[in-house]
Amino acid sequence: MQRIGVFVCHCGSNIAATVDVKKVVEMAALEPGVVHAEDYQYMCSEAGQAKIDAAIKEKNLTGIVVCSCSPRMHETTFRNAAKRAGLNPYMVEIANIREHCSWIHKNMEEATKKAVILARAAIAKVSLNTPLQQGESRVTKRALVIGGGIAGIQTALDIAEAGYEVDIVEKTPSIGGRMSQLDKTFPTLDCSACILTPKMVEASAHEKINIYTYSEVEKVSGFVGDFTVDIRKKARSVNMDKCTGCGVCQEKCPSKKTPNEFNRGLNTRSAIYTPFAQAIPNVPVIDREHCTKFKTGKCGVCAKVCQAGAIEYDQQDEIVTEKYGAIVVATGFDVIKLDQYDEYAYSQSPDVITSLELERIMNAAGPTKGHLERISDHKAPKNMVFIQCVGSRCADKRGKSYCSKICCMYTAKHAMLIRDKYPDVNVTVFYIDVRTPGKNFDEFYRRAVEEYGVNYIKGQVGKVAPQPNGQLLVQGVDLIDNKQILMEADMVVLAAAIEPNKDVRKIATMLTASIDTNNFLTEAHPKLRPVESPTAGVFLSGVCQGPKDIPETVAQAGAAAVKAIGLLAKDKLLTNPCTAKSDELLCNGCSTCANVCPYGAISYIDKEVNDHGIRETRHFAQVNSALCQGCGACTVACPSGAMDLQGFSNRQIIAEVDAICR
Amino acid sequence: MMQSQKEKAELIREISGVNPSKCMKCGKCSASCPSFQEMDIKPHQFVSYVLHEDIDALLESKSLWKCLSCFACVERCPRDVKPGKLIDAARQMVIRQKGADYLSADEIPELLDPELPQQLLVSAFRRYRR
Amino acid sequence: MSIEKTNEFRPKIVAFCCNWCSYAGADLAGSSRLGYPADVKIIRVPCSCRVNPMFILRAFEKGADGVILCGCHPGDCHYTTGNYYARRRMTLLFSMLDYLGVENGRTRVEWVSAAEGVKFSTTMNEFVEKIHSLGKNVRLEDLRCRN
Repeated sequence: MQRIGVFVCHCGSNIAATVDVKKVVEMAALEPGVVHAEDYQYMCSEAGQAKIDAAIKEKNLTGIVVCSCSPRMHETTFRNAAKRAGLNPYMVEIANIREHCSWIHKNMEEATKKAVILARAAIAKVSLNTPLQQGESRVTKRALVIGGGIAGIQTALDIAEAGYEVDIVEKTPSIGGRMSQLDKTFPTLDCSACILTPKMVEASAHEKINIYTYSEVEKVSGFVGDFTVDIRKKARSVNMDKCTGCGVCQEKCPSKKTPNEFNRGLNTRSAIYTPFAQAIPNVPVIDREHCTKFKTGKCGVCAKVCQAGAIEYDQQDEIVTEKYGAIVVATGFDVIKLDQYDEYAYSQSPDVITSLELERIMNAAGPTKGHLERISDHKAPKNMVFIQCVGSRCADKRGKSYCSKICCMYTAKHAMLIRDKYPDVNVTVFYIDVRTPGKNFDEFYRRAVEEYGVNYIKGQVGKVAPQPNGQLLVQGVDLIDNKQILMEADMVVLAAAIEPNKDVRKIATMLTASIDTNNFLTEAHPKLRPVESPTAGVFLSGVCQGPKDIPETVAQAGAAAVKAIGLLAKDKLLTNPCTAKSDELLCNGCSTCANVCPYGAISYIDKEVNDHGIRETRHFAQVNSALCQGCGACTVACPSGAMDLQGFSNRQIIAEVDAICR
Repeated sequence: MMQSQKEKAELIREISGVNPSKCMKCGKCSASCPSFQEMDIKPHQFVSYVLHEDIDALLESKSLWKCLSCFACVERCPRDVKPGKLIDAARQMVIRQKGADYLSADEIPELLDPELPQQLLVSAFRRYRR
Repeated sequence: MSIEKTNEFRPKIVAFCCNWCSYAGADLAGSSRLGYPADVKIIRVPCSCRVNPMFILRAFEKGADGVILCGCHPGDCHYTTGNYYARRRMTLLFSMLDYLGVENGRTRVEWVSAAEGVKFSTTMNEFVEKIHSLGKNVRLEDLRCRN
């Protein structure tokens, strides 16, 4: 028989105001097995824990129930208290009489009755608890960063600086990400490449950082501290060791009609290409879909001109398998597709562009060499219209429900830069709200209005109509003047919403990291654990978690790195002992459990048994407790009832059900 | 029976199925409206009039009869507020009050006019035959 | 303390909540002070797939008037696929219970994420109301257990 102690917490007035704590103590004491029951103001306080300690020692308790707040809050606290008193920490159960009782009920009598029942259920459960031992698992001292944008680079640098090996896996041929496409950055207007390139170089030169570009994560297995990841290194068709990066192959390549992704399709590139001049590694890739050699077999110009003999047409994709202790997701974002926004004529007119496209146009290395000009006829614009919130803050299916956060600021930046460089260009911005929370952000926006004479109009644009003369007729509204506005523009720039990279769902599924309806990765706690995924060992860096600008991204990248370092610094991790366990006497070896196990934690052993004098070999399920995460799917699937979950056993849950229904 | 402004506002919401609280005041409806210049109460104001239960002003407004029901505002509203439907509902209310909310098949031939688009008649008949 | 016999029907409702989403959702309902009737008692399980149909039958046998199972939204399961198993198992179990005379309204599966305190509270309110409209469950109760 267990000797159970019950401790009821007042939580100041949080519990005591609606639950008659004394009554709960009185009723709990009547339960079978309960030898001690008391209440205290704050059980989680040092004095409260001392009471638990004393009771365990004095009354020789074998199990305790704490009636307090949610176990998600203080279960660990009370388990540690029990451990210090010499009791197995898994002989502790919590009755949640705060979140599930006192805080939601008004009537004292009702709440007290419920608290008593919840206490009974916990007592019934704890009397069937068995002491459990936490296992240990090792930590592989290596981190994986998925995504090589500014978030991934910063996280990798920070982890590497702490002395741990880091691998970056980047899908495209070069690291750099979105930030490498930007021209200037707000609110200081420094050149994006000038601040990013040194970081890229630092990452690639760092002895602890290994970069896989043109590679994708293919498969993830394992768990915190011990992930096994398959990385697909896509065939580059260029030998990375031999290539000198001279660029002759790109010059000579005859198929130059491929839309240039880096310039958002505003110009074309060759089939063998490096995305941009400062690419790291500075080794081109053959785009096999567009290469004549791969399409027809006839060409091979690049191989002929390559002095280094680096072109290898017969390269194959390669799978690298690597072990990691921590994984950081930094998959970033993309701009939403605008083909459904016919009213803005994005698909109809080349002079209606997104802000990211304008970024490329403004960039000296961009398709127009940095000259502000129309894509259609290369004429310099006289009137430019910016439209805000295209696809952001939308309730319909075309757009996103959230605010993309960065658009107000980059539009102010664009407007300011244009007015600065081309003072005779009229810039009009149609906005719904200007949102500038951030250090020096509002000042920056005000400068655009007050010093640079950007015309901000409160109102939205209803329609952009391309005219036969090549002009764009913009029909908008000024809500302050309550007037409809018709104006001609040479270029229209749409502040398109940003969305998480489309591959993030695939990656989240591989990592079993949870994702919200907008495909942003969910954090473990929105306020207190913003860079951790609820899945242990997975951390979030950058826009994959929610829209953010560069400084916020870098800050979060550093925070994610610190969390990963905190994990990697440990030699051993304690594992959850609430794992499944199979009863050999009942198991018939049907393998139903192995089929439902999401972790492949169940294997089979053949064992010779003596069944009433008959010696025979039988097949038994065996759970690898290091792999088992304790979901319990197998326990229900098992037809013979041989599989049970420690800490949440069939008998324990049934005891709780019985106590509640009594 | 006299209805209060509140009751009328509720009726408009009911007929139109529009929830004006969803409006984020971007003005895209007014920006899209081809009859904007003709209207005294602009499409985006329509939404706020209903929200603030100022219905009598709406029912007397010229805009009611200037709206072409082109539904550009409905189509383009990013918050799915559908201002055009509100105007439509207000129109319904006025017509109902006048007891003219009815069109029988026999009345159609009289209304025929070679200039008149057939589609208008069909939609008018659909709407007012009940 | 036995529940005092009054004329008012107070249903016994068991709610199984998965540790990662729904239990946290219930906690959030609590910290946001979103009330629901005290008739609902929550049992914490690691995952909705831990809920053996046996537990639900046991609850009805012991006199429960309704049982609700809450888990993570499909695709969001902490254990990847647990809620899919739960969904299939419960579909089967509920149709069998219906056949046995335990109306479908007495059983329910609901996906509640850790961020959906409001949904948790409205779900529980709705469910209790539904049980009230169905009245006392007498079908599976083991009368020998009644005290």
